[in-house]
Amino acid sequence: MRSYVPGYEIEAPRTLSEALERIAREPGVWKPFAGGTDVMVLLEAGKLPHRRFLSIWKLPELRGISVTPEHVTLGALTTYSEIRRHEILAREFPLLCRAAAETGSVATQNRGTIGGNIANASPAADSPPALLVSDAELELISARGARWVPYQGFWKGYKQIAMREDELIGGIRLPREKSGWAHFYRKVGTRRAQAISKVCFAGAAHLDAGRIADVRIALGSVAPIVLRAVETEAILRGEKVSPAIVAAAQETLASEITPISDIRSTAHYRLRVAQNLLAEFCETFVA
Amino acid sequence: MPEATRKIRVQCEINGRIVSLEAHPMSRLLDVLREEAGLTGTKEGCGEGECGACSIEMDGALVNSCLVPLLQADGAKIRTIEGVADFAKLSAVQQAFLTHGGAQCGICTPGMILAALNLLSRNGHPTDSEIREGLSGNLCRCTGYTKIVESVVAACRSLRPGS
Repeated sequence: MRSYVPGYEIEAPRTLSEALERIAREPGVWKPFAGGTDVMVLLEAGKLPHRRFLSIWKLPELRGISVTPEHVTLGALTTYSEIRRHEILAREFPLLCRAAAETGSVATQNRGTIGGNIANASPAADSPPALLVSDAELELISARGARWVPYQGFWKGYKQIAMREDELIGGIRLPREKSGWAHFYRKVGTRRAQAISKVCFAGAAHLDAGRIADVRIALGSVAPIVLRAVETEAILRGEKVSPAIVAAAQETLASEITPISDIRSTAHYRLRVAQNLLAEFCETFVA
Repeated sequence: MPEATRKIRVQCEINGRIVSLEAHPMSRLLDVLREEAGLTGTKEGCGEGECGACSIEMDGALVNSCLVPLLQADGAKIRTIEGVADFAKLSAVQQAFLTHGGAQCGICTPGMILAALNLLSRNGHPTDSEIREGLSGNLCRCTGYTKIVESVVAACRSLRPGS
């Protein structure tokens, strides 16, 4: 049943500093509201316990994509549509563009933001695996200043992130040095569009003389958080892809992830699919 | 029941007319369009951004109006299904839906037409798969997808110069 809508407050500060001062003065009282694609769903379902929101949607300081020789930096309010349209992202970060294209529909992609996807911290979100594989860093901003933290390790548990109550996500920075890597992204859902994932797999590898010189693997919907599979990466690093290595990596992956059975899938199916996707990823490197 | 917030007044341009709307700030734009502005062409399906029945254009972008709080519509330029025809003259997309049987029960039709128009405004020559992707957020429970896609293809053809 829908929530009692008049019981909810939402206000729009005119500037970023006004927003930051407000959350510094009243920590925990105001929650940021970006494109609303997650918050409004909870409102409709009568499952939105928080009652006061600050609309940050129109703050220009949190918008736009900027490019330097070292980084591509996305403002927290960058939408999936903007990610899909960006030429440099399409060329150098195909996993992120693919994730953006696989998230919801056109209407969702026009309103859903990368910062919102990170802050909502759903283990089934589509962009975090791509961000983890890209070694993304987050800018956390507050009235006190700004700090950069690695995205890897930012996630503390189911829907728990290491952010203080007076902070907002300002931007997401992607290092460009891995632009020559091979990429693999696959989202497995009930249907091809508009489905929440059963398993989501993102991988990137740097090959050198037929060996996997370096590798990144991240998976969604198989643990309380979107997980970087560091132990599986360690098995593959420095190796030439062979059936034995793939089998060893699959076994390690099984011990690293903790899939559950829920409305979307079963633990057994998720494990099997995650292992199959890992094999598919590895097999793309067999010459 | 929690205390009610004060209503707010927002001004936006809907289908070319400046309109002033009053409601609670978290009210869904969908409800305000239907109940305050009297524009009932925008339909409610799922209410959670899955079905696209409430699709409208906001500042040129296709959005689900069930997921937009009224506060965020302040100053926006909105187009609903009521703003698609030029008085009695249907748009090419509307005409194609009529000619090619793209509408059955009609509940998804306003959203389908807005999604199709929005796609054509971004891409004048979409392929079949681009049409399917452009409409993938709009569900038709009569499952008339084939005729819907055919309607959009026909609309593209009729919009091409020399046709």
